[in-house]
Amino acid sequence: MTPPLSRQRFAALLVGVVLAACAPKDASVDDAAPAPAGGTSIDLTGAGATFPYPLYSRWFSEYATKTGVRINYQSIGSGGGIRQLREGVVDFGASEAPLTDAEIAAIPRGKVLQVPAVVGGVVMVYNLGDGVPELKFTADVIADIYLGRITRWNDPRIAALNAGVSLPAQDILVVYRADGSGTTYVFTDWLTRVSADWARGPGHGKDIRWPVGIGAKGNEGVAGQVKTTPWTIGFVELAYATQNRLPSAALRNRAGFFVAPTAGALAAAAQGVEKRLPGPDDFRVSLVDTPVPDAYPLASFSWLLFFAEQTDADKGRKLVDFLRWAVRTGQTSATILDYAPLPQPLVQQILAALDRVTIGG
Amino acid sequence: MIGAGDRAWRATTGLAAAVIPAALLLVTVVLVVGAWPALADAGPGLVASRTWDPGRGTFGAGAALVGTLLTSLLAVLVAAPLGVATAVVTVELAGPRLSRVLAALSDLLAAVPSIVYGLWGAAVLVPLLRSELFPRLKPLGRVIPLLAGPAYGPSLLAAALLLALMILPYVTAVSREVIAAVPRSQREAALALGATRWEMLRDAVLPGARHGILGGVALALGRALGETMAVTMVIGNRHDLSWSLLSPGYTLSSLLANEFGEASGDRHLAALMAVALLLLVVTLLVNAVARGLVRSVRSGRSSLEVAR
Repeated sequence: MTPPLSRQRFAALLVGVVLAACAPKDASVDDAAPAPAGGTSIDLTGAGATFPYPLYSRWFSEYATKTGVRINYQSIGSGGGIRQLREGVVDFGASEAPLTDAEIAAIPRGKVLQVPAVVGGVVMVYNLGDGVPELKFTADVIADIYLGRITRWNDPRIAALNAGVSLPAQDILVVYRADGSGTTYVFTDWLTRVSADWARGPGHGKDIRWPVGIGAKGNEGVAGQVKTTPWTIGFVELAYATQNRLPSAALRNRAGFFVAPTAGALAAAAQGVEKRLPGPDDFRVSLVDTPVPDAYPLASFSWLLFFAEQTDADKGRKLVDFLRWAVRTGQTSATILDYAPLPQPLVQQILAALDRVTIGG
Repeated sequence: MIGAGDRAWRATTGLAAAVIPAALLLVTVVLVVGAWPALADAGPGLVASRTWDPGRGTFGAGAALVGTLLTSLLAVLVAAPLGVATAVVTVELAGPRLSRVLAALSDLLAAVPSIVYGLWGAAVLVPLLRSELFPRLKPLGRVIPLLAGPAYGPSLLAAALLLALMILPYVTAVSREVIAAVPRSQREAALALGATRWEMLRDAVLPGARHGILGGVALALGRALGETMAVTMVIGNRHDLSWSLLSPGYTLSSLLANEFGEASGDRHLAALMAVALLLLVVTLLVNAVARGLVRSVRSGRSSLEVAR
C-alpha cells in the first residue's frame, strides 16, 4: 500500500510540474509521470537541441510508462549534445543540423549514425500592429531584407507580393538568432539556395555573421523581440509563432505556390525524400525548398545522433528499441506539438538502418 | 606551545583559505589551455577585430570588449551618484522609519534575480526608451554623435541603464554603512564650528567615507562587468562598434551566454574560451585599478585633514 503522497509520487509530481513549466505547450503531456517500480535509475541519457524538447520529453514519458525504460534528456543545445556524445557522457545526442562528414570523421570513438526523428518548420514572423493579414514573401525578398537592401516595409518588392495590403512607411527592424541554432541553419540553407549574394555574403551555417538587425537568444528571445517591437521581422520554429500568436508569412515554394506553415505543408516537404537519400545509412537530405507543389519551403528534419557500434549491449538494445518506437508510435504525437510525422517509406528505411546497428561490440 | 587542537584548527582554516586561490588558479589554467589554439591562431586580432563570424572561422571580439567596458562604466557613472545620494538621505536626512524602509527597499533590489531584471528590461525598459526617450534624443543626435543614428530600443544605453539599476543596491548598501561609520564627534564638531547641514556633509562626513564609497563602487563595477543574462536580453547582441549609445552592441559575457551551448567546432570553442579568459583578465585589471584607487585615497590625506 502506498501512502496518499509518498516521496516517490511527490518526486514524480514535481518532475511533471517542472516539465510542464518547461514545455512550451500541451502541459498535459507529463500527467503520466513515470510510474514503474525500481527506484530512480536512468537507463539512457541524451543531450542536445532545445527545440524538440517538448516532443522528446513527451516521448520519454510515454515510453517509460509503456516499457519502464527511463530516458533522461538535457536540452543544453545541439553543440553541447554533440560534445557530450563525442566524449561518451551521453548515449545519444540531438541536433537540428546534421554533422558533416568531416565532423563525423573528427569523432574518434566511432562512426556516428544520424537519423531523422521528426519534421519541423521555420516560419517568418513579423509585427506590423494589429489587423495586418498574412503577408506573402519570396526567398529573394527575405534575403534582401536580411542583407539590408530592402529597408522599408512599403518597398515596391514587398508591395508587389502583397497586393491590397496597406504596408506602413516604416523601417524594417531585422531580428536574428544571437546564439548558434538549427533554426538559423535551416533559414540560411534556404537563403543560400536562392540568393547568390547571400551565398557569397553571410552564407549557410548554425552561426553566421548577420549584415543588419539585432540579435536575440533562442526562439523565445526572437519571438519576444518581435512581439514587443513594432516593424520587426524574425524567424522562429513554428511552435513559437503559434504560442505567441504571431502572424506567420506564407512563403513561395519551388513550384511557385505561396504556402502557409501547416503540419500538412511540412509533411508534404518530406514527401518522396526517401528517393533522394545519399546512402543506405545516410539520411542527410535537406527538406528546404523541395519541389513538391504543396510543400512549405522552410522545413527540416530534427536529428538523433548515436554511435553505429554500441559497445554496451544492454544500453545499445534499449536505445535501438526506443528509436524503433519513436519513428513508429512516437510520430503520432508530432502534429500536436507543431511538428509533422516522418513519411512512411522513410520510416521503413530508418528501421532497416537501425537493424544494422552493431550491439555489444 | 601549540596544542593539537590549535594545529588542527590552523590546518582547517588554512585549507579553507587555500580554496580561493586554488579555484582561481584552476579556472585560469583551464581557460588558458582551452583558449590556447585561438590565442595562437587569432592573436591580437581577437581584441583588435570586430568581425565575429564563426561560420568562416573569424573571431574578433573587439566590439564585445568595448561594449563590456562601455556599459559597465556608464552604469557606474549613473549608479554611483544615485547610490551615494540615496545613502546620504537614508543615513543623514530621513527619519528613522523612512530610513528603515529606504534601506530595506534598496536591499530588496539586490535580491531580485538578474533574469527578472532582464525580463523587465526587455518588456518595460526597452519599449519605454524606444517610445519615450529615444524620439526626444533624436534632435540632440544631430550634434552629439553619442546619441546619433537609428534607435531600435535594444542598445548599449538600455544595457547600461539596466546595469545601473542592478548595481545600485551595492553602491547604496556600502555607502550607507561607511557614512554611518563616520564618527558622530566629527559631525558635531563641524556643526559646532557653524557649518550648515550641507557643509557638514560635504566637509566632515563624505571625505571620511570616501574610500569606503569608492570600494563599494569598485564592487559594483565588478558586478556590472560580469552581468550576463539581463544584458543579453536588452543589448541587441550585435558585433558593431559605433559612436552611438543608442545602437545595439555586445558584451563578452553575453557572447559567452549566447554561443557556448551551440558551439561544436574546436576553433569556435577555443575562441569562446579566449573570450572567457579576456573577461577574466578585464575583471581582474579593473578590480586591481579600483583597489589601487581605494588605497591611494586611504593612504592620502586623512579625513580630518580634508575636513580642515
